[in-house]
Amino acid sequence: MTVTTQPEVIRPEKATVSHTMAKIALIGNPNSGKTSLFNQLTGLNQKVGNFPGVTVDKKTGYSQLTPGLRAEIIDLPGTYSLYPKSLDERVIIDLLYDPASKHYPDLVIVTADASNLKRNLLLFTQLVDLKIPSVLALNMVDVAEKEGVKIDIPALQRELGVPVIPMNARKGIGVAALKIVMTQQLEPSSASFFEIPVELTPLLQSIKARFSLTNDYLALHYAHQYKNLRFLSEQDLTWLDKAIEESSFKSNTLQANETIERYTRINELLLDVVRVEKATKDEKFSNRLDQVLTHKVFGYLIFFTILFFIFQAIFEWASYPMDLIDEGIAGLNGLIQSNFSGPLINLLTEGVIAGLGGVLIFIPQIAILFAFIAILEETGYMARVTFMMDKIMRKFGLNGKSVVPLISGVACAVPAVMSARTIENWKDRMITIFVTPLMSCSARIPVYTVLIALVVPEKYYLGFLNLQGLVLMGLYLIGFLAAIFSALLLKVILKARERSYFIMEFPVYKMPRWKNVGLTIIEKSKTFVLEAGKVIVAVSIILWVLASYGPGNNFEIAEQRALAEAEQGSLNEVQTENLVASHQLESSYAGIIGRTMEPVIKPLGYDWKIGIALLTSFAAREVFVGTMSTIYSIGDEENVSTIKEKLTTVKDDKGEPFFTPARSFSLMIFYLFAMQCVSTLAIVRRETKSWMWPLAQLLYMTGLAYVMAYITYTIFS
Amino acid sequence: MFINSLNKERQEVQHKPEEHKGRRSVRDLKIGEGGIICCLQDPEMGLKLLEMGCIPGTEVKLNSRAPFGDPITIIVNDYTLSLRLDEAETILLKQ
Repeated sequence: MTVTTQPEVIRPEKATVSHTMAKIALIGNPNSGKTSLFNQLTGLNQKVGNFPGVTVDKKTGYSQLTPGLRAEIIDLPGTYSLYPKSLDERVIIDLLYDPASKHYPDLVIVTADASNLKRNLLLFTQLVDLKIPSVLALNMVDVAEKEGVKIDIPALQRELGVPVIPMNARKGIGVAALKIVMTQQLEPSSASFFEIPVELTPLLQSIKARFSLTNDYLALHYAHQYKNLRFLSEQDLTWLDKAIEESSFKSNTLQANETIERYTRINELLLDVVRVEKATKDEKFSNRLDQVLTHKVFGYLIFFTILFFIFQAIFEWASYPMDLIDEGIAGLNGLIQSNFSGPLINLLTEGVIAGLGGVLIFIPQIAILFAFIAILEETGYMARVTFMMDKIMRKFGLNGKSVVPLISGVACAVPAVMSARTIENWKDRMITIFVTPLMSCSARIPVYTVLIALVVPEKYYLGFLNLQGLVLMGLYLIGFLAAIFSALLLKVILKARERSYFIMEFPVYKMPRWKNVGLTIIEKSKTFVLEAGKVIVAVSIILWVLASYGPGNNFEIAEQRALAEAEQGSLNEVQTENLVASHQLESSYAGIIGRTMEPVIKPLGYDWKIGIALLTSFAAREVFVGTMSTIYSIGDEENVSTIKEKLTTVKDDKGEPFFTPARSFSLMIFYLFAMQCVSTLAIVRRETKSWMWPLAQLLYMTGLAYVMAYITYTIFS
Repeated sequence: MFINSLNKERQEVQHKPEEHKGRRSVRDLKIGEGGIICCLQDPEMGLKLLEMGCIPGTEVKLNSRAPFGDPITIIVNDYTLSLRLDEAETILLKQ
């Protein structure tokens, strides 16, 4: 598995990889081209894991530097300084402040945007003072030059004391040169950019002695940030508490002074290195575009048009590949069943493969949604959306940045909840995480589409507005309203721990880098299949067992009863088989559980069969369609039209159609509100580090679902 | 450069906000209007603003306002930064 994107590097046969593979960390400001460079260096040869103990994605990849030398590259979250302000950024200090750790990098590549060198160098000077061997990857030099910013690379290299590689990570220019530098044994720069105040010397000396550190600046960071360093022990923390108390260490003041001093040094340094020859055309182009895209009226109009287009695309474009997957799975099952038989084969086809199909079928939709989100982020438009929405969202206790998780929630709450990490403020973040699962995710689509097809006529208004489509959009709207009003409720209940910020860089508009978009799609789809897939397959198997077996000889009795009934009604072979199956299901474990539940769900209009579907859906909503098809003995066919036909023929006690509009809408509303996703609960637990939040979500959403479904049923019947 | 003036302002970064009431801040700028940063009123938020390049002595310009007047974008050190009005209020300008 050594795929590289560099054509000039020959893939080694049975690579003679050295035993000590170099560990290289990639660090830089957000929007400095870090991700592009990571993709250039590693190509498809990357994986996403977790940093131990925290939930921040750890992107690592391998890069073939020379035919015989490979390096492990770690992509660190974008940051403006080594004093982390958000949860994401804390990973960086965990990695860089523990020289004894086996993950400690041998080399740090710092990416910097040449057209904004001053601010980008702040982080770089901090890293240099830590005395980690580093390289400056000076990105977008060509763009800066076009804007009239000329950088004297040799002079910069002299001043910084490290290799400076001019590059364009988007186009891959300079990557080869960087790889050559990466193969060399680099020494830390001898330059120093910050004089630590002398009065701190005693404190730093004792910290250095205690933790056997050699670097004063690292010791200073221990003093500033020990509370965030997760590798320190309880005793270390108490010791540091005391040491810092004794030396009257003023963290805020010291940090402010350090930043000011660094900027002063950088300003002096850049005087000799950078020549600016006016002309800022790109700036103006971005600003002119902003006058339209963040306009009072057009801004929102364009945003909602884009959202509308995304929804259309998710439904229209995804339907073809989804049908293919559906047919493929059905075909595979048919093939296996026609050649083999036995309980294990049933388990494989009706349990495992059917469950797997339920996961795979969502890949087209997830891929399309994440393609759009990646494009919106890549172009810089997402920053404008958060900018436009901030004031409105704040009224509901959310934050402009909550827009991204809420929109992603339409695909799947799992990645959406994860994307809330960019929100620095604790309260804003918790509220966002809490309400995101109320947005209708793609797992609800099968439930909605089956039931809408059943009770909403296919009518057109104005020639193109499809009534079924409008109802579907209405359901999404209800989900959104539920999310923001729940946020409002939480805003009143929760107490703020810290203030909410909105200080962020406003990137210039750029063309999306298609490679990054492509890699995002692959990565997100993979995460979905692996995270949700495990649960869904497990549930499918459990469900299959519960529905295929019953206590004692219940099954035989059920079969005999069904056969007797069939004889009386003189049914044909297929009808008899169906009757047997449905009688057996009724007497299975699943049937017993459903019957026990029935009194509770009766007020919502549901019977025990729907009860089973609700129960299995608590693991994952998309199981609904499969369960319904099993219960109504359609076999394992997941074809919507057959399910629709079957559900239409289901009759209640009085011989009327069972799935009335009241029942169907009540079901849709229940699925809209209820927390029926184990994966989401698990991810919320991981993200909030407590069981309190997922439990509160489970109770709140399901309670709300019950009440709303009851109201709906009462209104419509 | 402006080391001397910086030293003075550096202390001001941590000082009480009351002293500065009524002084002009970035919030009061009109679109397209610029000013020189004098000091940052809020010690904690100040750290974030400093990192983003809002250093005393630097020029800022109000670039745009969001549809409902808040947040705003400013231009500092040749790049665009967005922030809320109450954050902008803590960036005081030289008279």
